[in-house]
Amino acid sequence: MEDYLDVVKQILLDLHPELDGDEDRDGLVADGILDSYDIITIITQLADEFDAVITADKITPENFDSAESIAELVDEILNE
Amino acid sequence: MLFTSYAFIGFLCAGLIIYRLAPIKARPYILLALSYYFYAHAGLWCVIFIASTTVVTYLVTVKMGAMTAKRKKYLADSKDILAKEEARNYKARDKRSRRRVLIVGLLLTLGLLAVVKYTDFTITNINSLLDLVGSEGKIPLAGILMPMGISFYIFSTVGYMVDVYREAVTPTRNPFHTALFISFFPQLVQGPISRYGDISKDLFDPKPLGIESLKLGAMRVLWGFAKKLVIADRALVAVKLITGNPQEYTGIYVVAGMALYALELYADFTGGIDITIGAAQMFGIGVKENFVRPYFSKNVAEYWRRWHITMGTWFADYVFYPMSSCKLIRKISGALKKSRLPRRAAQRIPVYITSAVVWFATGLWHGASWNFILWGMLNFAVIMISQEFEPLYARFHGKFDGRIVRPDSAPYKAFAATRTIVILSCLRMLDCYGDVGTTFSAFGSIFTGGAAGAAGTGIAAGAAGAAGAAGVGGFISAVGLDWFDVVILLAGTIILFAVSMLQRKGSVRGRLFAAPFALRVGIIIAVAVAVVLFGAYGPGYDVGQFIYNRF
Repeated sequence: MEDYLDVVKQILLDLHPELDGDEDRDGLVADGILDSYDIITIITQLADEFDAVITADKITPENFDSAESIAELVDEILNE
Repeated sequence: MLFTSYAFIGFLCAGLIIYRLAPIKARPYILLALSYYFYAHAGLWCVIFIASTTVVTYLVTVKMGAMTAKRKKYLADSKDILAKEEARNYKARDKRSRRRVLIVGLLLTLGLLAVVKYTDFTITNINSLLDLVGSEGKIPLAGILMPMGISFYIFSTVGYMVDVYREAVTPTRNPFHTALFISFFPQLVQGPISRYGDISKDLFDPKPLGIESLKLGAMRVLWGFAKKLVIADRALVAVKLITGNPQEYTGIYVVAGMALYALELYADFTGGIDITIGAAQMFGIGVKENFVRPYFSKNVAEYWRRWHITMGTWFADYVFYPMSSCKLIRKISGALKKSRLPRRAAQRIPVYITSAVVWFATGLWHGASWNFILWGMLNFAVIMISQEFEPLYARFHGKFDGRIVRPDSAPYKAFAATRTIVILSCLRMLDCYGDVGTTFSAFGSIFTGGAAGAAGTGIAAGAAGAAGAAGVGGFISAVGLDWFDVVILLAGTIILFAVSMLQRKGSVRGRLFAAPFALRVGIIIAVAVAVVLFGAYGPGYDVGQFIYNRF
């Protein structure tokens, strides 16, 4: 999972540079930092980077609420 | 049966007495009977549509549920003998089979919605094309009436079927429970679009009810009545006059119509949802909130996250996300990344393609006509432009931060909220006028000074003349109102604003019921008296159905 975490953090920083230094925070969806556009951008980037296809049923606020939960999701999909 | 009719109040009181006195296990069945009784008032023929939808939903969800259970059992039983690859293939085959069942369910339910809602729209467009190619043949319109609430309950149903397919919820095997989820009466007039996972527990497994839910629910219903009858139906008089006579009411009248429609729509839709949530609460059923102070939004995208929330999240979860992660969009995205386009553009284009489809569908959901489709696409355009200009805004604020006005300051927030309301009011003209050409002509008249013409001739001048008034008084008479109406509408707007401000710090009803007895009773009596005394009844007023009921 650690392999994915750094890439996920970089994707988040590209989208929201203001997260610099705070990439480990949670509440990304709950606090309204990530909107639906951001989530789709993250999904397409993860598909490019890891060939991880995130289907709609996996797109839940909990799965996208922190860099760690996103990396866990990638890990889960690739090990399914 | 209108929510704001004596018949509904009588029905609600009688229903509550029967429901609360009945044994707990019987309550879901009583609620189902009440819901069908309520729905039958819209026309017995409507019942056929909701019953057919229920049968399809029940069969499809039970079938998918059984397939899931069978798969889980098989995998559990054979976990020691199946190789990982075999288990994966078995899962994939099961998913494909369940998808086929889901597609049948979607085709039947969405097909029904498409037939009743879009047949005449399709025929009208075919006839226009036939006209264009010079054909004299015309297809007669089918004239199918739309059953009440079908757009709302079909969307709830589709959400339920997809959630069962995704294994996010376990379907009920009780057909009466499925029927109750689809027909729960407070939601049949104008939604919200409830999710099975959110509401099924309260509906099927009722808990003993105390007086608290009755008090809080009744207060919410009363507040809904006040919004609808005192504000929305009063503003409706002027809005109907202005938008119903676009040749007469131009220029400044159009601006007045836009402002009054913003007020009317807010009071009407949020008032209706207050009645829905309040009525459901009195039965012990928690219905999700559909609004979070939408007029305080800083931009249009934020507004759509706070207005008609259940519709927005429905489109996000069942259209936007599935489409964004589908193979076609992934292919487009891959091709764009390999192209010479800048990285940001390559990332954004697939998102915008999906978003455009969602807004097209949102427009079409609101109504089978081009004005609604254009309305949807303009919403998309505004959001897209706003997103694309975001880096520019950030640079601007970075450069002038603190020297002009900070983006997190109260004046800037007020400016941003006002800007959002103005943009949305302009877009909503397509809804008010109901026709693309008339909307553009009315909008254009704001800048071409059509006011003088309108004030001097026809209905507007006639009304002003009859009232013997000039200046502001003449203007008020010309739009079908009087000073009393204006005072009520202004006071109503101030109260709505104040309540919204209070809501930011938590439940207003919670604080009201915690207040000293005299204050609490005084406020409740004041709202009730306002509904009775200032409600827009009698000659000249059209106590109408809720605006969103027609969608």
